[in-house]
Amino acid sequence: MLIPKNNANLMRTKILIKLAQSYLEDKFAEADRIPLELRPKDGEVSRCCVYKDRAVLKYRCMAGLGHCPEEETDELTTLKEYGEQALERTHAPKNKLSVIDIACSACVKSQYVITNVCRGCFAQPCRLNCPKEAISIVNGRAHIDPDKCVNCGKCFEVCPYHSVVKIPVPCEEACPVGAITKDEKGKEHIDVEKCISCGRCLASCPFGAIVERSQMIDVMREVKETDKKVIAMLAPAISGQFPGSLQNLVGALKKFGFSDVIEVAVGADITTQKEAAEFIERMEEGKPFMTTSCCPAYFRAAQVHIPELKPYVSSTKTPMYYTAELVKQEHPDCISVFVGPCLAKRAEAEWDKNVDYVLTFEELGAMLVASGINVDECEEESFSKVSHVQGRQFPVTGGVAGAVASLVGDKVEIRTEKIDGLTKENIKLLKRYATKGGENNMLEVMCCEGGCVSGPGCIALSKKAARAVDAYAQSGEQLTPESKIG
Amino acid sequence: MKKIKVRICVGTSCFVMGSAQIQSLEFNAPSDIADEIEIVEERCMNLCKDITRKRNRGPFVYVDDELIEEATYEKVVAKIREKLQK
Ligand code: FES
Repeated sequence: MLIPKNNANLMRTKILIKLAQSYLEDKFAEADRIPLELRPKDGEVSRCCVYKDRAVLKYRCMAGLGHCPEEETDELTTLKEYGEQALERTHAPKNKLSVIDIACSACVKSQYVITNVCRGCFAQPCRLNCPKEAISIVNGRAHIDPDKCVNCGKCFEVCPYHSVVKIPVPCEEACPVGAITKDEKGKEHIDVEKCISCGRCLASCPFGAIVERSQMIDVMREVKETDKKVIAMLAPAISGQFPGSLQNLVGALKKFGFSDVIEVAVGADITTQKEAAEFIERMEEGKPFMTTSCCPAYFRAAQVHIPELKPYVSSTKTPMYYTAELVKQEHPDCISVFVGPCLAKRAEAEWDKNVDYVLTFEELGAMLVASGINVDECEEESFSKVSHVQGRQFPVTGGVAGAVASLVGDKVEIRTEKIDGLTKENIKLLKRYATKGGENNMLEVMCCEGGCVSGPGCIALSKKAARAVDAYAQSGEQLTPESKIG
Repeated sequence: MKKIKVRICVGTSCFVMGSAQIQSLEFNAPSDIADEIEIVEERCMNLCKDITRKRNRGPFVYVDDELIEEATYEKVVAKIREKLQK
């Protein structure tokens, strides 16, 4: 893929910036102008007309304010009102991915179609190989009966002319767990029971029809309108997300109004120590393998979709968990805000009482832009706690397993394997591990290919971010099983 | 031949608004332009703060001396090609 973010993704960033500005300027008094400003009358149009574009933008703004478009009861409720309602919340809105009905283009049901490249050949391998007798020859050309077709793809494989094409549904293709499907009108819906909050559908929809509830306004309100201590916890994937040094970024966040900034890499150090100890224990008990547990989308996938894998998932908590625990021990009354690349962290935070809010890097970026803060011009300030190489390397695929391996030493043999991306194929691989076992005994599972640096909440290109993460890791000190953290 | 200079603003405003994506040019620029360009990261050029513009028209990218507003990967590539043709 050439450009990771499509226009629909970039539009979300613009929406967030506008919303943040609208809050800062006049607490949403003029918020209903946002769709108009983003789609001016004389500008370009991406759907049928400027009015439909604006209608969709309004729903996307709702999500940016922490509302779910499905909650709409009165179409005439204004963005100003939604904004005001957002400011009345005292807790993070519940995490939820949902589809904006009118934006979903109801892509044709995923299917195989025979194009006019078909030569109507004599051999007819498509017809012969079709297990459902769905193919017939009409006017000298093969034709698939959509009512009989089960989308097995046999015809696609066997046609010597490559005349069969597959028309995919991007969100359904992207969802690794089959949580998004069509209703009778062809519109997509997300099954909350099945959804693992990975955000793949959101990143893949070419129409920007999938949204999730943002907590950006809630965090801004806590910072600007309360006198509570609001502490930002920056995920290790932060390196490279904002040009300038990390110290500049700490300064930028303090300028915005956060009272302190701490690295989640510190919590990742703790995870490394505990997970290494757990690994040694499990291997000594004779267990065949263990998987990591820090990716919340994978963790949930294992709970809901791969139950046979559950006994092998590490019970060590995530870097966010340990970081938030440290923060709340020191400042019990503070508001803790995790800032990361991940949407599934919002779900994880719901059962972690120490985490009050979760932001993405993109949302943090929108807050800074709206406030006119330029990171690399901010005063350099340092983190209050120092992290190590191991914790810093978590967000790049291979990093977690590498960190754990470095602490296992030669107590037991460790053979690591990277499960890079929770694709449908990799889910099968994991199932096989659970039922039949496999070659390696330490599986690192990352839902996003490439690791957290490719998360849906990132700003920077994953390649560049991975380099920055690496450079920062190399500048740190080595962790040992005995290192004291915090 | 002198290379075309592509100056991508990586100030916070431009970076967040999408110049980060334009950096794809560093990795997989189309083959016809890949060897003809030199990519430079610029710090905030203060164009984002220019209040005479009604709104922030970032991200900003210069292709040689020509400014591209609301720059996208496609726009920048098109501009580079246009320059190469001259
Ligand atoms: S950030 Fe690019 S001009 Fe200011």
